[in-house]
Amino acid sequence: MDLRRGIRRSGDGKAAGGREVPEVTDTSAPTTSAMLDVRDLHIHFPTDDGLVKAVDGISFTLDRGKTLGIVGESGSGKSVTSLGIMGLHHGTKANITGTIWLDGEELVAASANRVRELRGSKMAMIFQDPLSSLHPYYTVGAQISEAYLIHNKVSKKAAKDHAIDMLRRVGIPNPQTRVDDYPHQFSGGMRQRAMIAMSLSCNPELLIADEPTTALDVTVQAQILDLMADLQQEFGSAVIVITHDLGVVAELADDILVMYAGRMAEYGSSEDIFDRPAHPYAWGLLGSMPRLDRARIERLIPIPGTPPSLIRVPSGCPFHPRCAYAAQTNGRSVNEVPQLRAVGPGHEVACHLSTEEQRRIWGEQAARMQLSPPARHFSQEDA
Amino acid sequence: MTAPLSQPSATQATSSDALMTVTGLTKHFPVTRGIIFRHRVGLVRSVDDVSFEVTRGETLGVVGESGCGKTTTARMLTRLIEPTAGQILFDGRDITHLRAGAMRPLRREIQMIFQDPYSSLNPRHTVGSIVGAPWRLQKVKTDKGIKRSVQELLELVGLNPEHYNRYPHEFSGGQRQRIGIARTLALRPKLIVADEPVSALDVSIQAQVINLLDDLQSELGLTYVIIAHDLSVVRHVANRVAVMYLGNLVELASRNDLYERPRHPYTVALLSAVPLPKPAERSAEGQRQRRERVRLTGDVPSPLNPPPACRFHTRCWKAQEVCRTVPPPLEELAPGHHVACHFPENTTPAA
Repeated sequence: MDLRRGIRRSGDGKAAGGREVPEVTDTSAPTTSAMLDVRDLHIHFPTDDGLVKAVDGISFTLDRGKTLGIVGESGSGKSVTSLGIMGLHHGTKANITGTIWLDGEELVAASANRVRELRGSKMAMIFQDPLSSLHPYYTVGAQISEAYLIHNKVSKKAAKDHAIDMLRRVGIPNPQTRVDDYPHQFSGGMRQRAMIAMSLSCNPELLIADEPTTALDVTVQAQILDLMADLQQEFGSAVIVITHDLGVVAELADDILVMYAGRMAEYGSSEDIFDRPAHPYAWGLLGSMPRLDRARIERLIPIPGTPPSLIRVPSGCPFHPRCAYAAQTNGRSVNEVPQLRAVGPGHEVACHLSTEEQRRIWGEQAARMQLSPPARHFSQEDA
Repeated sequence: MTAPLSQPSATQATSSDALMTVTGLTKHFPVTRGIIFRHRVGLVRSVDDVSFEVTRGETLGVVGESGCGKTTTARMLTRLIEPTAGQILFDGRDITHLRAGAMRPLRREIQMIFQDPYSSLNPRHTVGSIVGAPWRLQKVKTDKGIKRSVQELLELVGLNPEHYNRYPHEFSGGQRQRIGIARTLALRPKLIVADEPVSALDVSIQAQVINLLDDLQSELGLTYVIIAHDLSVVRHVANRVAVMYLGNLVELASRNDLYERPRHPYTVALLSAVPLPKPAERSAEGQRQRRERVRLTGDVPSPLNPPPACRFHTRCWKAQEVCRTVPPPLEELAPGHHVACHFPENTTPAA
C-alpha cells in the first residue's frame, strides 16, 4: 500500500475488497482496515423554518496515525459532522442517516449506551474554547481523571497519578502541584494543554479536534500545533482537525476535505488541495487569503456573496450563485447536483467543469496569485 | 494610499504630514479591593510609554498578542479612555485631555470600527437609524436628507440601499461589518481606528472587507490605524507596522522592512509562529517534515507585574544581564526602522 496516501475514500482499496466507488446503499462492514469509515452521512435538523440539511452526504475514511483536515466556512457542517461521529447529537431532533464505522463497529445504529462507552475511551474530542469547556468548579486533575475512572477499574489515587502523568506529557510545568489547580488558574494555552491531556487520558484511537487553536495567540498556537503533532506520533491516534484556518490544516493534515453547505466540495491529499485544487470554492479560499509565504499581492480575490442558508440550499451545485464559472457549464451547475468524481489518484471534486477547464483556470489563478502552477498529476494525464 | 514609507523619527516634533502624533502614551489601570474602604492593590500597566506618528493617507498596522495593549492604545487614540500620561496631537492640536464637550466636534474626524459586528450594532435599531445616527448626534444637515445619504453610504460599502429599514439580525457577519463601516464613514472622518475589523469574519468575507477598506481609502483619502493579531492580514493592509509586547512598542518599521528584516527577537518569533498555508515537505518515507521555527516557551507574563527592563527577556533566547536591568530604548537602527532591543537581529547590511 502506498504509505503517503494514508486516508482513502471508501473503495480506494478496491483491489482488496473489490467494491465499486461510492456505494451509498452499502451497509456491510467496511473491507478496509481504516480506523474510521464514514459513508454517505446525512445529519438533518427539523426546525420551525424548515429542514436544516447541516450535513448532506459526507464520506471519508481515516487510517491510524493519519490526520484528516476538514475545512469550510461557518455553517458548512464541519462541527456537526464531528459531533455526529462522537454521538453527541443524541437527545436532539437530529435525523442521522448513513453509516459511521469506527474500527469495524457501526455507530449510527448503535445504542446510546454503547456510544457512551466508546466516547472518552476509544474516541475523544478537543473543543475550541478551553475556558468554556472546562468546569470551573472542579480541579483540572479531577476533570482529567474523570474519564479514566469511568473507563478503567482503578483507584482514585492511581487516576490522579495518571492525570499528573498526562499533564507532564502535554508540557505543563510542575504537574504535581498544578493538578490541584482550578481552570481559572491556568492561562489560555495551558487550558488547551489540559483539554488535550483530558482527551488523551484513555489513549483514544480517534481524536477529533474542533478548532483547537482558534482561541489562542499565534505563539501559543505554534506550541499547541507542535504538541499535537508530537502526541500523534507518540499515541498513533487517527486525528480529525476541523478548522477554518488553512495554515493550521497545512501544518497538520495528511488529507483535506473541503466542505461547502454541508456537502463535499473537494477531497484529496493536502498537496492536491494546496497545489492543484480543482473546485472553484477551493480556488476562492486560496485567493481570498493574504499569505506570508508569497510576495504580497496588491489585491485579494474574494468570493462574492455569502454562504447559503442550509434550509434553502441553492439548486444544483450549492456554490453556483457565488461561482464565477457556473455560466460555463450550460446550466448544469444550476440544475444538476454535481457528483464527486476523481480528477487524480485519491483526489475527488464535485464540480461540473471538465478536468481540462479546471486545470486551465487554476493555472491562470495561480499565475495571478504568483504561485507556480505545479501540475503533477495533471501532466501525468497528458503523457 | 502611496504614503512615503520612510518616516521621520517617531519621537520627533510634529511634521506637517503627520495626522496624529503620540508621545509617551501610557495607561495604567488600578486594581482595587474593598467595597467601603477601596484601596489600590496593584497596577495593570496596559500601555507604557508608547510613541509613534500616523502620517496622512497611510495605514499603520498594530500587531501583538492578547494583553499587549493594542486595544487600549486604540481606545486612547479615539479618546474613549483617558490616558494616564503622554500626549496625543491630532492635526497639530493637543487632544490628550480635551473634555467631552470640546472633544465632540473632533469626533467627526476620528472614528472607530469595532471587532465584533454582532455586539457593536444595536439590535433594536434599523440599519437606517444606525448609519444615520452620527448625523443626528452631531446635528449635521446632509444635502439630500438623512435617508438618501444613508442609502448612498450603504451603496458605497456594497450593501443594497433598499435594506434601509431592516434590522441587524437580518444580515450576515460580513454585511454587519459593512454596516459598521458605513456608520464610521457618515461624518467623513480623517482618521479611522479599526480594532480587529476582520477577525470575526470567514476567510472569503474577510477578503471582501479588506478590499472594501482599501477602496474607501483611495476614494476618500482616509488614514487608518488597523489593530489586528493576524500578521498576514496586517502585511496586506498596512504601509507601516508597529509591534507591541506587554504594553511596550518593541518595533516600528515599514511593511517590507518589518516582514523581510525583522529586528526585534519577538517580531522574529511572531513571524515564524504563523502557520503557512502550504503543506509541509515530506521525506522519502512519506513523513511530514516540520518547518523549523523559533519556539517561544511559556506564556506572555501578566501586565500586573511585568518583568523589569526589557519585558521580553523572560522568553527571549538572546537575553543577557543587561536586558534584566536596563530598559532598551526605541532606536532608529535603519531609516524608518525603530527597534527597542539590546541585541537586535538582522543587523548586518542587506545581502
